[in-house]
Amino acid sequence: MRLKIPTDFRIVRLPCTGKIDIIHILRAFEKGADGLYVVGCMEGDCHFNEGNFQARKRVEQAAGILDKIGVGGERVKMYNLSSGEGPLFAQYSMEMVNKIKELGPSPVKLAKQRMQKKADAA
Amino acid sequence: MSEYVSNSRLERVLKAGHLGVTSECGPPRGTDAEEVKKKGLLIKDHVDAVNVTDNQTAMTRMSSLAACIHLKLQGIEPVLQMVTRDRNRVALQSDILGAASFDIPNMLCLSGDHQSFGDCAQGQNVHDLDSMQLVQTVRHMRDEGKFLGGDAIKQPPKIFVGAAANPFADPFEIRIPRLAKKIACGAEFIQTQCIYNLDKFKEWMRRAVDRGLTEKTFIMAGMTPMKSVGMAKYMKNKVPGMDVPEEIINRLAGVEKKKQAEEGINICVEHIQELSEIKGVAGFHIMAIEWEEKVPEIVERSGLYPRPKV
Amino acid sequence: MIIAEKKPIEEIIQEVKDFDRILILGCNECVTVCEAGGKKEVEVLASVLRMYFMAQGQEKTIGERTLERQCDHEYLEEIRNIIDDYDAVVSLACGVGVQFAAEKYLTTPLLPGVNTICLGANEDRGLWTERCQACGTCVLARTGGICPVSRCAKRVLNGPCGGSTNGKCEISKDTDCAWQLIIDRLKALDKMDDYEKVAPVKDWSTDRAGGPRTVIREDVKI
Repeated sequence: MRLKIPTDFRIVRLPCTGKIDIIHILRAFEKGADGLYVVGCMEGDCHFNEGNFQARKRVEQAAGILDKIGVGGERVKMYNLSSGEGPLFAQYSMEMVNKIKELGPSPVKLAKQRMQKKADAA
Repeated sequence: MSEYVSNSRLERVLKAGHLGVTSECGPPRGTDAEEVKKKGLLIKDHVDAVNVTDNQTAMTRMSSLAACIHLKLQGIEPVLQMVTRDRNRVALQSDILGAASFDIPNMLCLSGDHQSFGDCAQGQNVHDLDSMQLVQTVRHMRDEGKFLGGDAIKQPPKIFVGAAANPFADPFEIRIPRLAKKIACGAEFIQTQCIYNLDKFKEWMRRAVDRGLTEKTFIMAGMTPMKSVGMAKYMKNKVPGMDVPEEIINRLAGVEKKKQAEEGINICVEHIQELSEIKGVAGFHIMAIEWEEKVPEIVERSGLYPRPKV
Repeated sequence: MIIAEKKPIEEIIQEVKDFDRILILGCNECVTVCEAGGKKEVEVLASVLRMYFMAQGQEKTIGERTLERQCDHEYLEEIRNIIDDYDAVVSLACGVGVQFAAEKYLTTPLLPGVNTICLGANEDRGLWTERCQACGTCVLARTGGICPVSRCAKRVLNGPCGGSTNGKCEISKDTDCAWQLIIDRLKALDKMDDYEKVAPVKDWSTDRAGGPRTVIREDVKI
């Protein structure tokens, strides 16, 4: 199955989405990511029972924080699918990439670029 | 309980073995004393004393003590209600002296509704004493002639001391032990929560009599006439510790809306008549909430008028 | 332990916005257990502040450090060599830690990053509830091991008040009536006779009312 997926995101593998912490999400944005999405197993199908539920909560918390500091909570999202659903994975990644394009670059990234330019000029 | 501890008319009526009658008056949310006086004068001849509430439901109102003084000056005997929510032992003792200085001869000791119900939900509450300890405090001041701190009081207050009881509140198994505890603290009269469930009240009363509690205190049954079926439903469902049987609601719902208030008065009168026969019932505390004008009618129709001369 | 709750991020931003170099100082004790001010919360707050100010075009230095305890000289001393690198410290310790750090580092502004809530227990995952108000004169022996001072909204010592309904407090149906709990426990202990013992007027001078409290133990002093 050869599926087209966007090339402008990086996949970080986790043993379970339950492993993800808010700080991981925040760090990604701090380092200049424009968006982030977490893809977990179907709800109710977690090998560790509730890993994906915990992930969803953390994603929601991170979204809340990003909203409060003006980065935008809609830049993070949680998806669920089962391992056999390659096309759905491709569809979600397209959806997310389009969403981010629509939102434009993260204000953190823009600020970092401006600062870098200033530093280069000096 | 033969000698008098105060100049209270209520005390004399109860000790003479008559059924006592008290009512209630809420001070205004402003400075107009006429409101208090008007309410008082409406019921003056039909009751032995009038309770004056102390910032009930934690809504800020004219102070209970000030309103009591206004009534007293009209020749109406007040029962000063005092809650432990807003004042520490310094203020409580000081107000007791102040009340006694105006010959306010009765006090009802309460803990008070939590401030979160009122207009100052962000305020502190004090609860330095609880209601039972307040009863003990008044008795200590009166009987020992001393402040809580131990110093002697020049001319101690002469006050007839009461407390509240709810025969229906939870947990049920401590209803009688709790009453016994209040009496052990020194409560000389008890005014109960509004009674609608007569059977349950009679059972409570029977247990109180069995334990000999009615030998030590005067229990006045609380009565509140229902204005409408809506009020009955509200009391049943929303007011904590209230027991309104379905038959009361059905009876009110059974008459046309215009006649519900009248039916409410009928029920109240019937209840008073029925409970007058019950051993241990020493009187009635008629709380006609914002309906004071109906108190004379209830008292007359219940056969409690004229009030005895004592 | 001491239970605390994170302050809203907007409030912290307001407090620190005029400083350029800020140290976020966590505490490894109670606030770590109640997930309000441990190492993890330090990381999150630091990251959030960095991003916020970066997006505002402000370059700030946000440092991170978590001490074993902030209520102890020994551990607070560990930041003496770095304290002058910062214009302000946001302490995620309880009110005790914030103050103790402030007393030690007189010229550095110390800002609280949490609201200290109560002395409580880890009742369940994500649920911390009050158990003690440190009134200084414990009455638990007489109340079946349930505290009416901290768990009754009116701290009624001879309860329950008239607001107890179906075992719940009048302030909220989510709050247990302390006196219902006391009675249940006295029954379980077969000590209902104790219920009728009147609790005397309490000495509140050992409580907050008596002023700041101190424990002096000559026997353990050096």
